[in-house]
Amino acid sequence: MGFKNRDVISINDFSKQDLLHVLKVAKELEKKPNDGLLKGKIMAALFYEPSTRTRLSFITSMEQLGGRVIGFASGKVTSFTKGETLWDTMKMTENYADVIVVRHPLEGAARLAAEASSKPVINAGDGANQHPTQTMLDLYTIQKVKGKIDGLHIGMLGDLKYGRTVHSLTKALSHFNPTFYFIAPQALQMPKSYLEELDRLKIKYYVEENLFKVSDKLDVLYATRIQKERFADPIEYEKYKGVYRVDEIDRSLDNTEHAAYFQQAANGVHVRKALLALVLGKKE
Amino acid sequence: MTKELTVSAIEEGTVIDHIPSDSTFKVAEILKLESHGKIISVGANLPSKTMGTKGIVKVAGKSLTKEEVDKIAIIAPHATVNIIKNFEVIKKLRVSIPDSLHNTIKCSNPNCITNNEESDTEFYVISKDPLKIKCHYCERVMEKEDIRLL
Repeated sequence: MGFKNRDVISINDFSKQDLLHVLKVAKELEKKPNDGLLKGKIMAALFYEPSTRTRLSFITSMEQLGGRVIGFASGKVTSFTKGETLWDTMKMTENYADVIVVRHPLEGAARLAAEASSKPVINAGDGANQHPTQTMLDLYTIQKVKGKIDGLHIGMLGDLKYGRTVHSLTKALSHFNPTFYFIAPQALQMPKSYLEELDRLKIKYYVEENLFKVSDKLDVLYATRIQKERFADPIEYEKYKGVYRVDEIDRSLDNTEHAAYFQQAANGVHVRKALLALVLGKKE
Repeated sequence: MTKELTVSAIEEGTVIDHIPSDSTFKVAEILKLESHGKIISVGANLPSKTMGTKGIVKVAGKSLTKEEVDKIAIIAPHATVNIIKNFEVIKKLRVSIPDSLHNTIKCSNPNCITNNEESDTEFYVISKDPLKIKCHYCERVMEKEDIRLL
């Protein structure tokens, strides 16, 4: 399936070939930055919910390719507060922009936004549901650090129950013959539906509470923070926040060869550049 | 003298048979029969060879829409729909759960955009038995006990 005018809403919409193609274009753009590729194009960044990394990464990507950016960084400063629907905002924005990036606190908002808009829509996070560009940059980082994606032993640590990046990455990696280790206290373990899907796909996985029991088996450890904003019940959050600190990873690791997390943030720009160029038809 | 309760046949309309007994009144609810002005017979806990007990709903002067049949299929997957003309069954069909459900179900996720902004609902059936459906918008997978009809 071609990428021109395609919406990027859910990782579930992308085949293994699609994902590898995005990574290939990201690698090309990392090696040879094409500064004027999106000259004359406008990206609308509609962020109804706070975001630092994702928003800055999208803006940087568009500007480095020569395009321009319009939009807002909080739902509080828009007609949203006056009761304008997402549908109407999209219908209005499609007249101003060539591509629209949306982050919204409600699940399914990006899909609805894409249905409203004739211009391609990229989901930058819809509530607890999907964040596909994050998953693609996670794949890109793994490929870059490990030299491959196929056949790796992947540990997922932290809030596996509510963590949308964990769910999406598990789904995406399922194309690449992985072995998973889900490391979390029982109450924050992977939802049953995801484990059932892995059973159906005959993918090997282990459910574990103690990281140190499996750490020597891992090629990659994917650690997530406990997200306060995803807990419906604040008491439940208080119960678990001590299990992993909000800064789960000690700073002493930052400058070692084992830390891929700052590189991960830089990779976000390459992957988002690739997606912008692909959906705008400037890369095949 | 034996006393027998008879439920009269209808001249024209629809008979929904083989409803699980405990879903009989839900079928009546789906068909919004409280405002229907013609003959309605509802039988529940009737003996059935295949089901133990079953329910039947007979409605004169009514044919079902696709949405109504889809909704019945969700709560009574083995129901049969008989179309009656001149006291005869002219067509008998078994309900079946379709592959997708449009404006039939309410998403169980309170944070789904469809529960917060006026929009259609759409679900994909990912398993018919046991029933599992997935919201087209928020991607939540719902099982039979989570399903609320619109």
